[in-house]
Amino acid sequence: MAADIRPKRPFRWHIGIFLAPAVLVYTAIMILPLAGTLQLSLFRNIEQHQVFVGLENFRMLFGDPNWSVGFWNALRNNTWFFIIHMLVQNPIGVMLAALLSSPKLRFAAFYRTAIFVPTILSFVIVGFAWKLILSPLWGVAPHLMDLVGLKSLFTPWLGKEQYALTALSLISVWQFVGIPMMLIYAALLSIPEEVIEAAECDGITGLSQFWKIKLPLILPSIGIISILTFVGNFNAFDLIYTAQGALAGPNYSTDILGTFLYRAFFGFQLQVGDPNMGAAIATMMFLIILGGVCVYLFLVQTRLRRYQF
Amino acid sequence: MTTKLLTALLLGTSILGSAGVAYADDVTLNIESWRGDDLAIWKDKLIPAFEAKNPGIKVVFAPSAPTEYDAALGAKLAAGSAGDLITCRPFDKSLELFKKGNLADLSALPGMENFSAVAKSAWQTDDGKASFCVPMASVIHGFIYNKDAFDKLGIKVPETRDEFFAALDKIKADGTYIPMAMGTKDLWEAATMGYQNIGPNYWKGEDGRAALIKGDQKLTDKDWVAPYEELAKWKPYLGDGFEAQTYPDSQNLFTLGRAAIYPAGSWEIGLFNTQAQFKMGAFPPPVEKAGDTCYISDHTDIGMGLNAASKNVDAAKTFLSWVASPDFATIYANALPGFFSLNSSPVKMEDPLAQEFVSWRGKCKSTIRSTYQILSRGTPNLENETWVESANVINGTDTPEAAAKKLQTGLDSWYHPAK
Repeated sequence: MAADIRPKRPFRWHIGIFLAPAVLVYTAIMILPLAGTLQLSLFRNIEQHQVFVGLENFRMLFGDPNWSVGFWNALRNNTWFFIIHMLVQNPIGVMLAALLSSPKLRFAAFYRTAIFVPTILSFVIVGFAWKLILSPLWGVAPHLMDLVGLKSLFTPWLGKEQYALTALSLISVWQFVGIPMMLIYAALLSIPEEVIEAAECDGITGLSQFWKIKLPLILPSIGIISILTFVGNFNAFDLIYTAQGALAGPNYSTDILGTFLYRAFFGFQLQVGDPNMGAAIATMMFLIILGGVCVYLFLVQTRLRRYQF
Repeated sequence: MTTKLLTALLLGTSILGSAGVAYADDVTLNIESWRGDDLAIWKDKLIPAFEAKNPGIKVVFAPSAPTEYDAALGAKLAAGSAGDLITCRPFDKSLELFKKGNLADLSALPGMENFSAVAKSAWQTDDGKASFCVPMASVIHGFIYNKDAFDKLGIKVPETRDEFFAALDKIKADGTYIPMAMGTKDLWEAATMGYQNIGPNYWKGEDGRAALIKGDQKLTDKDWVAPYEELAKWKPYLGDGFEAQTYPDSQNLFTLGRAAIYPAGSWEIGLFNTQAQFKMGAFPPPVEKAGDTCYISDHTDIGMGLNAASKNVDAAKTFLSWVASPDFATIYANALPGFFSLNSSPVKMEDPLAQEFVSWRGKCKSTIRSTYQILSRGTPNLENETWVESANVINGTDTPEAAAKKLQTGLDSWYHPAK
């Protein structure tokens, strides 16, 4: 290069080199499998050969009641799963963060850790522990409810069609409430003291200070949490699988897209796995999540006001 | 997330795929299996017995986890690194391997004549012309009961359905014991220990099963709905909160002595013998009137086949002939009480509970689970739907007729028997 005396800008190799590791790794473990899944969903196994069938798998998924009923049921359940998280997990997370950031609270570090710990537990442990807690035979739940005279309200929640999904959603909320709490907590701590002091000078304190000053300032964080919850919930699988099994009983009442995909892709018991239909379902999940994220990015995020300090 | 899971799984199987290779001077046979529980029995009893008789052939039992077995085996077969001998799942999973050319045809193997047609049916082509696995063991359904409880309450072992329900009523009225230990949470208990247990008496075993496959009978016929009607009657005799009771819960309820009757599969015998502190007995599913022919579910569960790509075909065939012999049957059945040999020559077993179960073969007619052969090939899957609907019937969320109708509609959507 030293011999090159023409006044041409040298090609900037370092940009490519610096980008390469991330691009290569991301392509290898994310983009290629994703493209593979999309491709798989357009094929079908006919007499041991993969044959291109276009959108036939999707037509079957939506047109054949044997598939479509299961798919819509899973989507409906998944939406309910998400609604519970939005209505319970995130408000509680915000509330806990607000309490934790209060300077008067003692042992804040302890509470923060205690509430966050379930998040790092394995799904298997959470599913199994709650199955035991709620067990009508050996669980502590019936006993504890008996102590306060509410035994009559106890039912085997995980075994009842009308309650099982809500119960599992709440278990998931219990496990993951630490994440919104932590994110909001960080956002609350980053609000400058001057803003709070100015509010106090204007006579805004206590609860109204939270509603009028802090909440608007943490709205962008709440937006991020909502989208994380959305993506997490529509990809959920583990908790249902460990607590209810792959058939997501009773009567498919806890079947969500993840378990539906699992049964289709890997098969279950005598059901032989069908990777092509599984890929079609995975593609639908991808599109649903992509759609949700786009709606958020283009309709919500752009309207959120940001405050620069 | 899903794509990441897939990548991880693929990587996992490829690593597993390289595990089953062994080197030795003698001919070494590797056995692929999902029965990790049986490792000690193979190593200490079965393999030494074989090697003593056949010097020059070494056998290595190399199991993988049950949930990984099918995927791992498929990857190994594709990569050409699978063992010489393949433990066979019953019906379609093995049939698929045979059709792909992974399993060799064993119809002419010396020793195959030791097995009845029903025993071989799990590992045959649909026309019954080619057999590709040596049947090893079956499991029998029935009811295990707490003998101490029956003696205390003065109940004699029920033979007819009326006696059965009278016994349940008596246990319930006494209140010491939960009449029956079964839950619907895991779904398969309701189908396997419930529907497939009592069903054969209604649909007359093999006759009904064959008629269903031929299309002469439907799941909505009286004989196929009636077991659901009986199951619906079980509800009041199950424990509190049975809707959330899991399979291990049921096992514990019974072995702790809190329940009197356990709708069982014979595979429980080994565990129950070590855990229960009381005397146990067993009875076959009760019939309608005393003296009626009884039918039992004697379900073929495990077999062994030959990897078509094996380099040691002759040695492997010698081994399989030995697996088909009464010698093997005797060792296996006694080491694993509850897994009964399918060999036609009677096997002497020491465990009294296992003896009781196997004695029903003499007085009752054997059949296999109705949903396993051919009928669970399509979508919706009949076996899985049977799990869900059996649990629904016991929970009371579906009537027996509605459940049967759903199953038949699902079956009709893809199964069109040639008439």
